[in-house]
This record gives sequence, C-alpha cells and structure tokens, in this order.
Amino acid sequence: MRDEHLILRIMMKVLFAPIILFALYVQFHGDYGPGGGFQAGVIFAVAFILHGLIHGVDATRIALPQKVLSIMMVVGLMFYAGTGVLTMLLGGNLLGYDVIDPESTHHAGQHYGILLVEFGVGLTVAATMITIFYHFAGREPEIRDEDW
Amino acid sequence: MSLIEQLPVLPIIIPLVAAPFCLIIPNGRIAYFYAIAISALTFLSCIGLLHGVAAGGTISYYLGDWAPPLGIEYRIDLANALVLTLISGVAALVIPASYPSIAAEANPKQIPLFYGAMLICMLGLLGVTITGDAFNVFVFLEISSLATYALVALGGRADRRALTASFNYLVMGTLGATFFVIGLGLLYQATGTLNMADIRVQLLENGTNRMVEAGYAFIIIGMGLKAAMFPMHLWLPNAYTYAPSAVSAFIAAASTKVAVYVLIRFTFSVVGADFDFVSAMLSYVLMPLALAGMFFASLVAVFQTDVKRMLAYSSVGQIGYMLLGISLGTEAGLQASIIHIFNHGLMKAALFLSVACVMLRLGVHTVDGFNGLAKRMPFTAAAFIFAGLSLVGVPLTVGFVSKWYLLQAAFEADRAWIAFLIVASSLIAVVYVGRIIELILLREPPEDGPLFRDVDGNPVREAPMVMLVPMWILVLANVYFGLRTDVTADLAGRAAASLIGGQ
Repeated sequence: MRDEHLILRIMMKVLFAPIILFALYVQFHGDYGPGGGFQAGVIFAVAFILHGLIHGVDATRIALPQKVLSIMMVVGLMFYAGTGVLTMLLGGNLLGYDVIDPESTHHAGQHYGILLVEFGVGLTVAATMITIFYHFAGREPEIRDEDW
Repeated sequence: MSLIEQLPVLPIIIPLVAAPFCLIIPNGRIAYFYAIAISALTFLSCIGLLHGVAAGGTISYYLGDWAPPLGIEYRIDLANALVLTLISGVAALVIPASYPSIAAEANPKQIPLFYGAMLICMLGLLGVTITGDAFNVFVFLEISSLATYALVALGGRADRRALTASFNYLVMGTLGATFFVIGLGLLYQATGTLNMADIRVQLLENGTNRMVEAGYAFIIIGMGLKAAMFPMHLWLPNAYTYAPSAVSAFIAAASTKVAVYVLIRFTFSVVGADFDFVSAMLSYVLMPLALAGMFFASLVAVFQTDVKRMLAYSSVGQIGYMLLGISLGTEAGLQASIIHIFNHGLMKAALFLSVACVMLRLGVHTVDGFNGLAKRMPFTAAAFIFAGLSLVGVPLTVGFVSKWYLLQAAFEADRAWIAFLIVASSLIAVVYVGRIIELILLREPPEDGPLFRDVDGNPVREAPMVMLVPMWILVLANVYFGLRTDVTADLAGRAAASLIGGQ
C-alpha cells in the first residue's frame, strides 16, 4: 500500500508548505492588497484538504484532530471579538481601532486593529473549512440511529 | 470605558463573545448555567437601553467610530428597544426552563452546542432589531436563521420529521433572505446609501422611481416569508411542531416578531408610508393578506390534533393581527401592532413552555396528552389555561389589551367592518383554545393505556420547578401587563408616534 500513488504523495509533499506560505502571504498582505482573513483561511484549509484527499481523512484527523479545530474556531473568534472589546476597554467604540495607538499621526492603530481582526477571521475560517470537509468526507454511508 | 456609553453594543457583544465558548464546554449542565448567566446579562443591558431610550430619546452608536452614512450605526428608539426587551426577556426565561426538556429530547453530546446555538439565535435577532444599517439587518438575519435551522434540526432525535421541517425552513428562509437582499440592492442602487435614516432622506430629496418600488416589493415578500405572512407561512407549522419544545417556545415568541418589526421599520422609517405605492401596498396587499391569515390560519388551528401544530397555526393568525395594525397605516394601528408584537411574545412563550412540560412528562404533544391534565399536572394546566385565555383576549390579560387597541384603531380609521372581522376571528380562537381547556378541565385522566404513566413508567408528576417558575413568570407577566396597560401602551404609543412622525 505504501508505494501506491507515489506521484500524488510526492506532489502533495511538495505543495503543502508553499500553499501554507501563500495563505500566510494573503493573510498578512490583506490590508495592502487583495486578500484578507477569509481568503487566507480558505487557502490554509486547502493544504489540509489536499492532505486528506491523498492520504485519507483518517490520516488528516490524526494530524489535525477535530478538538484542535474547535479550539481554533473559538480562539479565532476571540481575536476578533477581543479586539473589539479591547478598544471598548481603552475608551473607544467597539472596533474603533484608533484608540490602540492614539499617539500615531498616520492611524497606526487602524493597521494593528485590522491585522488582529483578520488573523482571527483567518483562523476561524480555516478551522471551519476543515471541519466541514471532515464532516462531508467522513460521513457514514448509512446513518446509524445513535447519530441523530 | 464608561458602561453607559457602551450600553448600545452590549446586547450584541455579550452573547457574541460568550457563544463560541459553548463549543469547548464539555458538559451540558455547565453550558446550561453559563447560558443562563449570559442571557440574564443581555436582558439587563436591554432593560438599561429601554430605560435610557424612554428617558432620553433615541440612542445612536457608531461602530468602529465610522460615522453614518458610511459606517454602521446602531440606532435604538422606543420601537426597537421594546422588541429588544421582549427577545432578551423571553430568552432569559426560556433558557433556564430548557434543561430538563432538552436533556430528554436531544442528544446529550449536543447540549452545549444547543446552548451555543440558542445564544447565537438570540444575538442574531437582537442584531436585526438594534441596527440602523439596512445591510446589517441582512447579516444578522442570516446569523439568527442559520442558528434556528440547527435548533429545529436538533428535534431529529425525538422525531425525524424535524429534519425535513428544518430543511424546508432552510429553503424558504433562504428564499426570503435572498428576496430581502435583492430589495436592498435595488434600494442601494437608487439611493446610494445603506443607512436606514439616510435612505429616507435621499428618497425624500430625489423622489421615488420604479427601482425603489420594486426594491420595496422584494423586501416585503422577503420579510413576509420570514414573518410567516399568509400565504407564505407553510414552513412554520412543521418547524414549530418538530423543533425541541424549548426551541419552539423561543422562536415562536421571538423570531417572527422580529420580521414583523423589520416590515414596520422599512415601511414607516426607511421608505415611508407617505409615498403612494407604500400606502397602496398597505391597503391592497397587506390588509387582505392579514385578514385572510387571521381567518384561514385560525380555522386550520381548530382541526389540529397536535397542540404544538395548533399553536403554530394560531401564530400565523396572530401575525395577521400585527400586519392588520400596520396595514391601517395610522398611528393608532401601528401602536396596536407594536403592543401585539410584545404581548403575543409573552403568550406564546408561556403556552409553548406548558406544552414542553407535558412533553417532558408524557412524551407527546398531541391533544391526548391533555386529557384530565388539571388533575395530573395542576400548575402546568393552570398556566396553559391562563395563557390560552390571554390568546383569546379575555379581559385582565394582555390579549385583551392588544385586541382593544386594534379595535380602537379600526374604528378610528373609519373601518368598522374590520373591527367586526377582528371580533369574529377572535371567536375562532375561543374554539381552538376552548377545545384544549375542555380536555384539561372536564375529561378524566386515562385509567390505563400508553398515557396512563409518564415516559419513565412512573405515576405522572408535576413538571420540575425549573420549568414551572419561568413559565409562571411569563403567565404573571401576561396578567401584569394586562392590568398595567400604561407601560406597554404608553411606550408603544410613543414608538408609533416617532415612527409615523419621522415622515
């Protein structure tokens, strides 16, 4: 079994890291160019979906368990909501980023704020995408009674 | 930070920050107490907002410090403060009552997710109500709808028909949301803005055209679907019937009311009833549909053998009363409509909670379960009777207040025949509620057979305290607001005046 689909497995290994690197580029370049958290999250998830397609979902589940994904979703949302609450605690309105760096003359606070928020979006979208993939790909052919 | 300044955003941000943690809470009971705390906090902040608006007038909050019309604005006046209080209040009472019933009906592993979905559903409904940005309405509408589909589907363990009911609701709800967003797109194209108040300003300045009229029509159809306006109500009976009992109690009290609120908002303060096409729509589309719904849905309710389905059809009929108030196009009609939004939420939450108690003990929500209920579960039976009388509109209850103001509005608009129809359709409510009350009071409980003992095979006992107390708070609220009419009627009157006066 190990020697089956050798080309596919090698190509997956070659592609995996660049895909994640590209995801990070789209993520952190999002406020200057096209891209942002949602797109980056999807690209990030694609790397794992590719892994799942070639090695089987069970192997991917071992590499990235569902528990970790649930925590990733929550942490991502907390980056987003936490940034909003942080600006409230600093005395501004919800998501009023300028209070993060009030001394700045070129709205540096806006940059920090959107980077944090987009990072949260990316994390949550990636985790959600992979979760959806797990559920579709890992679905039982016949639904058992106790699954309801 | 000053708490008062940030108050407008708290009803959204508290459940938004809190709900995701339900995903990683391992135990249903912990999630339960957690959800109680969050819904209570949200309710308190909504009360604070209502108080602030009643005392100091409209509150406006700029998200991210971006001023409208570019940024998203939360704009709270009396009309939405009342709806906010209703939604969060019902949630704060239904969530404490939900644990025994959801533990019996749903998969134990899914209970933390249930509370997460419940909080997100509440958050979405609050968001639709609080926002002053038309597109933001759509976003929050989708948030609440997606949570509702999941909540309805949770009933699938007890009855698999919940899955088709949920899917049906998903298709219809998505159609409604799509129509709504098409309508918004047309309005945006015509006015170049998405801020509700600014759309109104632009329309007054530049007048209307076909695009605005088409956009408004799309919005009415989309929201009509969401509000279960007759004849677009077909998703509702199944969704309410097969959802877990606690979910039925919450969505019956809150979700369609929010859609009616959006109809009011778009009709009176976004487009404005002073345009001819709006007033024509009110009298030639909304009024016939409202009247048809009042009669048709109430008649169908009479012949149901499932109490939840009966209450669901009754909800469609009651939506008819709210739409009728709107369709009169007068300040009194709007006031009656807002009062009924609030009051109907109180009645239906109490009724569905009492059905939840019966479901918990006897495992059925058909009429058979109600035979001789007064002897077996006296407190549950009494709550059903009081809330049922309120639904009919008996004096001293909120139902009477609603009908009274609606009748007054009809007479004031010189349409006595409508007043006659309101009374006539109330008589149908007497039939369907009276039928169940007859079973509760006059029949004997079964001597043997499947419903002689409860689901565990023990003699039938009263429902647990955690369900009785919230249910009775709702019943007492039915009586309290039926006596202290000045609270709701005064606030709703001022809300209606500001909605109409904004023209």
